[in-house]
Amino acid sequence: MSARVLVGVKRVIDYAVKIRVKPDRTGVVTDGVKHSMNPFCEIAVEEAVKLKEKKLVKEVVAVSCGPQQVQETIRTALAMGADRGIHVEVSGKDYETLGPLQVSKILAALAKKEQADLIILGKQAIDDDCNQTGQMTAALLDWPQRSPEDGTFASEVNIEADKLKVVREIDGGLETIKINLPAVVTADLRLNTPRYATLPNIMKAKKKKIANVKPADLGVDVSSRLEVLKVDEPPQRQAGVKVETVHDLVGKLKEAGRI
Amino acid sequence: MTSAGSYCCLERSSWRLQLWYALLHHPSTLFLNLTELTDQQKEFQEVARKFAREEIVPAAPSYDRSGEYPFPLIKRAWELGLMNGHIPEDCGGMGLGIFDACLITEELAFGCTGVQTAIEANSLGQMPVIIAGNDAQKKKYLGRMTEEPLMCAYCVTEPGAGSDVAGIKTRAVKKGDEYVVNGQKMWITNGGKANWYFLLARTDPDPKCPASKAFTGFIVEADTPGVQPGRKELNMGQRSSDTRGITFEDVKIPKENVLIGEGAGFKIAMGAFDKTRPPVAAGATGLAQRALEEATKYALERKTFGKFIAEHQAVSFLLAEMAMKVELARMAYQRAAWEVDQGRRNTYYASIAKAFAGDIANQCAADAVQIFGGNGFNSEYPVEKLMRDAKIYQIYEGTAQIQRLIISREHLGKFKQ
Repeated sequence: MSARVLVGVKRVIDYAVKIRVKPDRTGVVTDGVKHSMNPFCEIAVEEAVKLKEKKLVKEVVAVSCGPQQVQETIRTALAMGADRGIHVEVSGKDYETLGPLQVSKILAALAKKEQADLIILGKQAIDDDCNQTGQMTAALLDWPQRSPEDGTFASEVNIEADKLKVVREIDGGLETIKINLPAVVTADLRLNTPRYATLPNIMKAKKKKIANVKPADLGVDVSSRLEVLKVDEPPQRQAGVKVETVHDLVGKLKEAGRI
Repeated sequence: MTSAGSYCCLERSSWRLQLWYALLHHPSTLFLNLTELTDQQKEFQEVARKFAREEIVPAAPSYDRSGEYPFPLIKRAWELGLMNGHIPEDCGGMGLGIFDACLITEELAFGCTGVQTAIEANSLGQMPVIIAGNDAQKKKYLGRMTEEPLMCAYCVTEPGAGSDVAGIKTRAVKKGDEYVVNGQKMWITNGGKANWYFLLARTDPDPKCPASKAFTGFIVEADTPGVQPGRKELNMGQRSSDTRGITFEDVKIPKENVLIGEGAGFKIAMGAFDKTRPPVAAGATGLAQRALEEATKYALERKTFGKFIAEHQAVSFLLAEMAMKVELARMAYQRAAWEVDQGRRNTYYASIAKAFAGDIANQCAADAVQIFGGNGFNSEYPVEKLMRDAKIYQIYEGTAQIQRLIISREHLGKFKQ
């Protein structure tokens, strides 16, 4: 198979970090905070590399949009088995306002330029939880798109004669779907368990190429149509009250004017 | 042996280049770049950290209770490339410098020092071959370690001679094209699991012959007839590590397995330590770091007299002192590792690092138990294991007392110049 897969990877604040809102309430604190690859993107990379190991695709290209630091994320994808990387340079104010619409335009342009047959993305990013990029990219390219729904297990992704075959667990058993290539697939949590990057692969990844591209080169305008007005912490959880009997519960609810 | 890239960060910007030139002219200048690891070093550290915290930490308590050899964990570490880092690239290894290896060691030791010692014993056994082996020996004995997850061991200590290496009695007598070895070794880590051993034996029977000429280093295949590993010893700590006595009864070793030549053994055995003491210090630091983290987490959960115990100065001061010790131990082993990677003799720094790290590991583990209070004494909580595991760091790889001998000798030697 001569298929080429494009995998989008996003650099996000590490899932284990306690997020803090900036004092000026324009966003969250990112300086000096640990960042890593979005967990859904790791699953996407793993799926792409598995397809390559099954010899169903020829080349896996990892793409990320952002400032210089995203190269670390691309390198992690390379260490997991991607063949080469593309770094779309977006920095400063543009990076702060970069959202699914601009990213999907970039991915669509790259897919055409690189003649990709398949795009695999994470279902959503853990920082904005948008769950939009996959769908928008498919729409811009007019390609079919499949995302395993929440709570279902896409147990297998395969390529058979120019079609993408996806096997999913559903309540009644297993569902097999075939969609035409080229297509966009978004990866959910239980699709696979991402591999560790082994030390020898990390060393080999240094020799793999990461190309630099600007959004303008792809004819994409990254200006945002959205403006963030303010960012606030969620309201503090109030302590609850325990009661002994149902009678007490009803009494308390009446007191609080709820019933 | 050169390192691969542990200080390539120096070329990145001009101020670093200037400092590097300054270092050439002023060797006493404190070495630079303690604060910033290269991207590759950070990535290696990340893999080791993830593996240790996700796979070693949960499995360690049961291996400690059963004493079973943690082969599944060792195999996994081997698959990830976390083992055998020093093996040169032409033998299928990664040719890592001591600095990079230490970073990995500290992370694994955080998980469990029993598992980490089993892995580290490989490096100790391999080091004489790496520094003194000829091409054929390296390809044969190091090559096989990268093809399968095999273990090896460093066979020097005897029941009657530990610190006094020159007092070992195992005899190797040349007979034609072979050496016949007889003797008894003790406390050999990986003794029962090794595929091959580095063996130090006395080849010159004359008691007046100086140590620097009387001993020879050999590579011995573990399945050679006459090699008899004893029972697995039941130790205080690091209980998953396999430690045994080994009897050598008329063991025949071909002359091709002699390292360098007859009489060169002592220097090889001691030379290996300069490269293996920094990683042992790193292991002790990893244990101390674990003690600090467990104690800190507990201190922020447990309340007494109306506050978290971390808010009482007695406890926060204990934590502060633990933090001081961990940071300093880390800097010490990094310095020792960096010095040897630069191609310089690092005996002074290696001994300081090992002595200090061994001592503070014990102190931090005991302090962690103290912070946990009654819970700390109990096997349901992780810190009593740390205290039992820490003790050996003041004993193996050169006792705390031997390190002080070495440091004083090096220090006085510098003064007399």
